[in-house]
Amino acid sequence: MIRTRFRKGPVTRPIALVILFVILIALCFSSIAIGTRNVSWQEILGALQGQMNTMGEAAVTMRLPRTVLAVVAGSALGLSGALMQSVTRNPLADPGILGVNIGAAFFVVIGLAWFGINQLQSYVWLAILGAGITAIFVYFISSLGLGRPTPLKFALAGAATSAALSSFTVAVVLPRNDIAGGANSWQMGGVGGATFDSIQLVLPFLLIGFLMSAVVAKKLNSLALGDDVAAGLGENVAWTRGIAWLSAVLLCGATTAICGPIGFVGLVIPHLCRLLVGVDNRWLLVFSALGGACLLLIADITGRIISRPSELSVGVVTAFIGAPFFIWIVRRQRVKEL
Amino acid sequence: MTLKHQLILDNLTAGYRDKTILKNINIDISPGQITSIIGANACGKSTLLRTMSRLLTPYKGQVLLDGKSIHNAPTRQLAQTLGLLPQSPIAPEGITVGDLVSRGRHPHHGLMSRWSKTDDEAVAKALETTKTTELLDREVDELSGGQRQRVWIAMALAQETDILLLDEPTTFLDVAHQIEVLDLLVELNQSRGTTIVLVLHDLNLASRYSDQLIAMQQGQIFASGTPELVVTEDIIHTVFGLHSHIISDPISGAPMVLPIGRHKRVTSP
Repeated sequence: MIRTRFRKGPVTRPIALVILFVILIALCFSSIAIGTRNVSWQEILGALQGQMNTMGEAAVTMRLPRTVLAVVAGSALGLSGALMQSVTRNPLADPGILGVNIGAAFFVVIGLAWFGINQLQSYVWLAILGAGITAIFVYFISSLGLGRPTPLKFALAGAATSAALSSFTVAVVLPRNDIAGGANSWQMGGVGGATFDSIQLVLPFLLIGFLMSAVVAKKLNSLALGDDVAAGLGENVAWTRGIAWLSAVLLCGATTAICGPIGFVGLVIPHLCRLLVGVDNRWLLVFSALGGACLLLIADITGRIISRPSELSVGVVTAFIGAPFFIWIVRRQRVKEL
Repeated sequence: MTLKHQLILDNLTAGYRDKTILKNINIDISPGQITSIIGANACGKSTLLRTMSRLLTPYKGQVLLDGKSIHNAPTRQLAQTLGLLPQSPIAPEGITVGDLVSRGRHPHHGLMSRWSKTDDEAVAKALETTKTTELLDREVDELSGGQRQRVWIAMALAQETDILLLDEPTTFLDVAHQIEVLDLLVELNQSRGTTIVLVLHDLNLASRYSDQLIAMQQGQIFASGTPELVVTEDIIHTVFGLHSHIISDPISGAPMVLPIGRHKRVTSP
């Protein structure tokens, strides 16, 4: 058929999608089964049916919400990164590198330290507000000076902003012994403390973010050809860009509110997915969401295994995976505008 | 044959920020013809094309497509009539020719509509017209400059608009590829009746390949009409500040400019 020939990616995309989905299910299962305590099959099945009679079943029941959170947060971060890379046409764009999740974290820490806020409900709003303000701030700085915001200006403005905000955050937390413990463990970025209640709280934000990204996916394909071409193809460039940004900010802000800042998922996953399925955003966004969920599950499981009987936060593990990957991207010869 | 679309520039004044570049531009673009905008560097050629293609909103005046201002029209609907190829567009890394050309179908799709047989046909035809069918699965990055330009034109063709605006489609191409691109535009104009407006640097190619010329000088239209009317020694001198001798192009019969510089002359001035 001509149709498939015109629009094909490097691999057959529906098949890849099914495979990725199967991997995700397998990882979810591993996440429930693997941990500091070894559990038997019966205990897993029992816990899934809501029983909590043995220690094993109790452990599995504890692992359920963190597994769900890893899936939700991972997919939100992966999607957020893919959106940011598309909007800025910048291969290095990522909620972490553009400073957006540091901004979210900064606001939450200020709320903790100065306004005595300790309700998760307020965290969410603070984090989204922080992510939004940082995103606008970075966008504003990078459009200063001559010409339009270039990928390079974006990355520089984001790096500078996130460096500044991290030091502000440290400055706010350091003199406060009373909140230092909580703030530090939260800033590490993790899914360990998840409860279904906390997930439920951010779910509406994430759902809106997912929905908005579905709306702009096709439009981002035009935007990828440059603003002028996109306008020529009848796209409202400013509008599309705004919705995509807002969606990315919602996804990353809400995730940061419950998990703390988790870096590199949004950077690594869209790149891998692009190698796998090509540059069509309608596929890329779906794959980035699934891939992000897989990566965060892997990171969480790894964190549980390598430092038994204690645990390593996913934020730390993703940084270990992400940092070498970042160098690899920068060293790749074909790094240029997306 | 459908009724040709009318593109009229009505008393346009436009520019960037506080710098006015175009002043009181009035012109009707001839439907079904090839019109080239010529003029010295920084005379406002590209600005005129950008305003015409709604990339730039004018301070004053309007661009009328079939009597309606394009700057107020729904942009997707407009994109079904008015196609645009900016100067040296950049393709995303790793995109295939097929994918790029398919994206030209964007204005014909809503949020939910699916890829149809009509889309396939439009893309196939665009590839065929630009002789890029065999490049289908190649990545745009690995193509030569001439091939890449043809692929971008194919994308604009897949859009199937009755009017096509191109900003210097021949920049960075060697002479053979320039001719190839211009021949392609003529074929398009003849076979589909597409109205084509382009900015061209090369005067002689503009003269040879255009039905109409618009000569601009300092943001205003100095002369417009057929190449025979516009390409004269006086006008070329005013517009480019260049002395020249005009002969008839032995290949096409269009007027041809022989520039007269200070050196390399057989006869002394």
